[in-house]
Amino acid sequence: MTMTHEPTTAVGKAANFAETRVGASKMVREFGRKIFPSHWSFMLGEVALYTFIILVLTGTFLTFWFKPAMGHAIYEGPYVPLQGVEMSEAFESTLAISFEVRGGLFIRQMHHWAALLFMVAVSVHALRIFFTGAYRRPREINWMVGIALIALGMGAGFTGYSLPDDVLSGNGLRIIDGLLKSIPLVGTYISFFLFGGEFPGVDIISRLYTLHIMIVPALIIAFIAIHLMFVVIHKHTQWPGAGHTNRNVVGEPVLPTFAAKGGGFFFMIFALLGFLSGIFSINAVWAYGPYDPSPVSAGTQPDWYIGWMDGYLRIVPGWLEFYVFGLPLSLNINTALLAALVLFGAMAIWPFFEAWLTKDYREHHILDRPRNNPTRTAVGVAAVVWYAVMWAAASGDLMAVFFHMSLNDMIYIFRIMFFLGPILGFIITKRICLGLQRKDREIVLHGYESGEIIRLPHGEFQERHKPLDPHKLWKLMAYESPRYIPAEPGPDGKISKGEKRRATIAKYFYEDRVAPVTKEELDAAHHDHHALESGSHEAGSRGSIGH
Amino acid sequence: MTSKHLTAEAGSQLEQVNGHTNPGLPEHKPRITDSSPQAERITERQIAGWFILSMIGTIGFIVSYFLFDSEPGTYDNLRLQNTAFGITSAAALAGIGIGVILWARQLIPDAEVVESRHDIAGSEEDQAVAVEILNQAKEESGIARRPFLRNTLIAAVALAPLPAILVFRDLGPLPGDSLFKTLWGPGVRLCQDPGMVPEEDRYIRAEEVTIGSAFHVIPEKMHESEHPLDEKAKAAVLLMRVDPRELNTDPEKEDWGVDGIVAYSKICTHVGCPVALYEHQTHHLLCPCHQSTFDVTNHCAVIFGPAKRPLPQLPIAVDDEGYLVAQRDFPEPVGPTFWEINMRETSVE
Amino acid sequence: MKLLAERRRHPMALVVLLLVGLLLTGGAYAAFTGTSTANAEEYSASDVEEGEKLFVTNCATCHGMSGEGTENGPGLIGVGAAAVDFQVGTGRMPLQMMGPQAQIKQPQFSEEQTRQMAAYVASLGPGPAVPEDEYLDPSKGDAAAGGGLFRVNCAMCHNVVGAGGALTRGKYAPSLSGVSEKHLYEAMQTGPQNMPIFNDANLTPEQKRDVIAYIKEVTEETEPGGFSLGSIGPVSEGLFIWFFGLAGVIGITMWLSSRSK
Repeated sequence: MTMTHEPTTAVGKAANFAETRVGASKMVREFGRKIFPSHWSFMLGEVALYTFIILVLTGTFLTFWFKPAMGHAIYEGPYVPLQGVEMSEAFESTLAISFEVRGGLFIRQMHHWAALLFMVAVSVHALRIFFTGAYRRPREINWMVGIALIALGMGAGFTGYSLPDDVLSGNGLRIIDGLLKSIPLVGTYISFFLFGGEFPGVDIISRLYTLHIMIVPALIIAFIAIHLMFVVIHKHTQWPGAGHTNRNVVGEPVLPTFAAKGGGFFFMIFALLGFLSGIFSINAVWAYGPYDPSPVSAGTQPDWYIGWMDGYLRIVPGWLEFYVFGLPLSLNINTALLAALVLFGAMAIWPFFEAWLTKDYREHHILDRPRNNPTRTAVGVAAVVWYAVMWAAASGDLMAVFFHMSLNDMIYIFRIMFFLGPILGFIITKRICLGLQRKDREIVLHGYESGEIIRLPHGEFQERHKPLDPHKLWKLMAYESPRYIPAEPGPDGKISKGEKRRATIAKYFYEDRVAPVTKEELDAAHHDHHALESGSHEAGSRGSIGH
Repeated sequence: MTSKHLTAEAGSQLEQVNGHTNPGLPEHKPRITDSSPQAERITERQIAGWFILSMIGTIGFIVSYFLFDSEPGTYDNLRLQNTAFGITSAAALAGIGIGVILWARQLIPDAEVVESRHDIAGSEEDQAVAVEILNQAKEESGIARRPFLRNTLIAAVALAPLPAILVFRDLGPLPGDSLFKTLWGPGVRLCQDPGMVPEEDRYIRAEEVTIGSAFHVIPEKMHESEHPLDEKAKAAVLLMRVDPRELNTDPEKEDWGVDGIVAYSKICTHVGCPVALYEHQTHHLLCPCHQSTFDVTNHCAVIFGPAKRPLPQLPIAVDDEGYLVAQRDFPEPVGPTFWEINMRETSVE
Repeated sequence: MKLLAERRRHPMALVVLLLVGLLLTGGAYAAFTGTSTANAEEYSASDVEEGEKLFVTNCATCHGMSGEGTENGPGLIGVGAAAVDFQVGTGRMPLQMMGPQAQIKQPQFSEEQTRQMAAYVASLGPGPAVPEDEYLDPSKGDAAAGGGLFRVNCAMCHNVVGAGGALTRGKYAPSLSGVSEKHLYEAMQTGPQNMPIFNDANLTPEQKRDVIAYIKEVTEETEPGGFSLGSIGPVSEGLFIWFFGLAGVIGITMWLSSRSK
């Protein structure tokens, strides 16, 4: 870009400087009027991004005082119930941050609340993507990047949770040690290499620190960059709606609207975390005391996002450990790692599996309303229920006290629900979705219930159904409903085994279906309606009334 | 590469779905601020008000930083300061956030804008050029023509990371027999666990362990060892006295207790939490982490939960001075199961 | 010695052995609970008499006419005045209903009546007495030392700050917040329900006082970070962020993305 005139104002000079060094105008042109659809559910990923930024800011603050070392110290600080108690330097410096650095407690609490909120945000964001089918072509890779981010988030959270070296997190590490040792053949070695010898050793805190403040966040930043790059390449998905097509994006331009809203939103999230950190205590490590392998607290739980794996460890019965020629197979422990692999693996392959089942390999930029894909929604709910059962099991002891139940009964219930819950979740959700689709059909064909009562000439009272306006109508009828495609012969004219298998599964998943309203059906219904409105009772009363 | 299912022309043309015609974007409805200059002025003042609130919040934060002194022995001021930080920072940040969002919602034009999507795959020309470049690179480098060079390069690159893995060897020592040994051994006295509060070893006499009581125990001189916590993580023991008539003692382990006093490892055989919840009427030991339950009257056999192996028993006796001592080390490894668990014997001295 | 060897298999030998054993343990018990049994509190004959009347009408159904115990309740010989003061003083006894464990409730007897019943039960056999005031004053205790003892001996059931926790099959360790110093002491000393007994050799009266000082410090001192959400750790924090944090976030997103009028 050649400058036609020399800028005179300060802003102009700065812009000129940037332009001639980095070619800023190209970026402004590329991104300035990019369109982002506006919907509340599209902001959840932003919450994750913003909480991550806050985590980096607050975490950096904490590193200036935290000592990631397990050297021996005797506490002499202001917290009375620990004065004269032996502890590691890590724990001592955590106490110093909390009690002696002004604002240290506030920032520590903000870091922890932000971590919890970050994991909530990535989880809810992932659920939104799943239930709307936003992972379909061309976004499968970005979906997998997102799954990696969830796993990295869990890693970042766990390594951070363990750093203060208190009784609670120390017992968490001890569980990790037990989990590692249960891995056949190499488990003991992995444990010794991680802890630098026997548990707890003197190395683990500094090693977790390196992971927590460098390796994991660096990976998260890299994956966030890829994640956002894909959003730019693919452009955002949008909800079905009047004027929305698979070939356009309708929404707000980055400059100024979306940038203003997004920037304001960052401050709002920051404010929310500031408020939480000022008013609500989190992880009062001084109450847990310094790590010591002998004590443990009733109600020992990890932070919420690790809870489901802890819950899994609680509900698996001990007989799953057995010995082959004296060699232990601790399936009661190491299958927790397997459960995690199953969950993340299933999430990762789902987009490809679904495309294979429905033979739908097309690009999709319009989202599905969850009810319009009952099978997917039901599978998602089944997975959520499965997760939630394990998650709840991690707090079974607290629930037992709270509800005056037997701890043992709680675990029996969770064991049953571990298998039964997802099945019930699938069946019930699918029925609800099909019901909602039928309801949509009724509204499209016969209008919505207006609340107005009319009296027909022969004396019958009826509620008048009014037609929707065309924009709302479009949303209810312009969708694709996946259908069961029977086995089709391949290019060689034969039906392959794989294709047969596909058809069998697809039949189970997609046979029950509510077809969207077609143009012909709509026209026919309108015709009936007009007949009714004009007083011809016989023609229309059956179709439109009394559902 | 472009999908055959996509319509050729993008954007402006609205597709038909299920035979229905897309009615197009609804008409944009103006906001009050779009039509009334007065409403616009009021909104402007409101937004400025939020920004002013933010400034007050920031100043409030600075004031609360200096306002509260810490007092020894009480945390009232710390709590007050923390609360003040929370409220002032929330005001400072929310003031900016709400103000900017209001600005965007009320004053910036809110008509929806349509942008068309482009094919993600490059045009045919792009693809042709890319293929050409790659072919040229292949040709110029000779990577296809010189398989010897190519294969040795691949081998070299594949080997190169090996040292990077090797140098991590010293992350930890090999397990050896360390998991088969604890500080317990013949004649080692049982001491009360002082937690992390330093104190002299407190030995335990048999008669002090009355029925129904539970002592948390460590080996004597543990604090003089090189890594006391590593030792404690294996050697922590729970000592209980049960009415001997209630114990179903294995004949082989008849002399492992002293008149109903029994000692068991406190480290759960599941994943290693301290199993310390002793119910002195049911004689059950419960692990608070994963609810494994052990029956003290049956050599701590698992009666519930995810653990498999019983808690190892520490054989104890009374020494000449009347103190409880270990007869030997644990007969089997303590804590979580590991692969080599049956490969060695624990030391019997 | 021959005589002894011959009689060793005599049916009475077991009885003699048991008696010797009981005497030994009982004697040892008395010796090690000595510091607190040598209590200033002396019960008068009328206390014992009144206590017996109360006992017979209120307790004997389960504990037997003279405290020997029945199928429905344990014997009370040798449990001492401290056990009565704790069980009756906290309302746990008399039981409201059979269940996994006795529940705390409004005490059913006045302090005077409780004292009389304690006097009667104390008269049945030697046992721990109601603690002296000297050992109940948290200000004389060392909260840091008590914290160490608490974490090792108590936290696994009662939680590190005494919020309580679950035991097996419906039993639980109650919250220690708001429990009086005397009842805390008596609980340690007598081991109510399934709680282990911490005799004076295990935790000396001074150490019990340290533990009390710690409990009072953590349950009554201001929580520096703000509202503590029940002090039960990550579970309540997780629930809080899911319900209130997420609700706040979604509220903001909805406002942000809605069209203004």
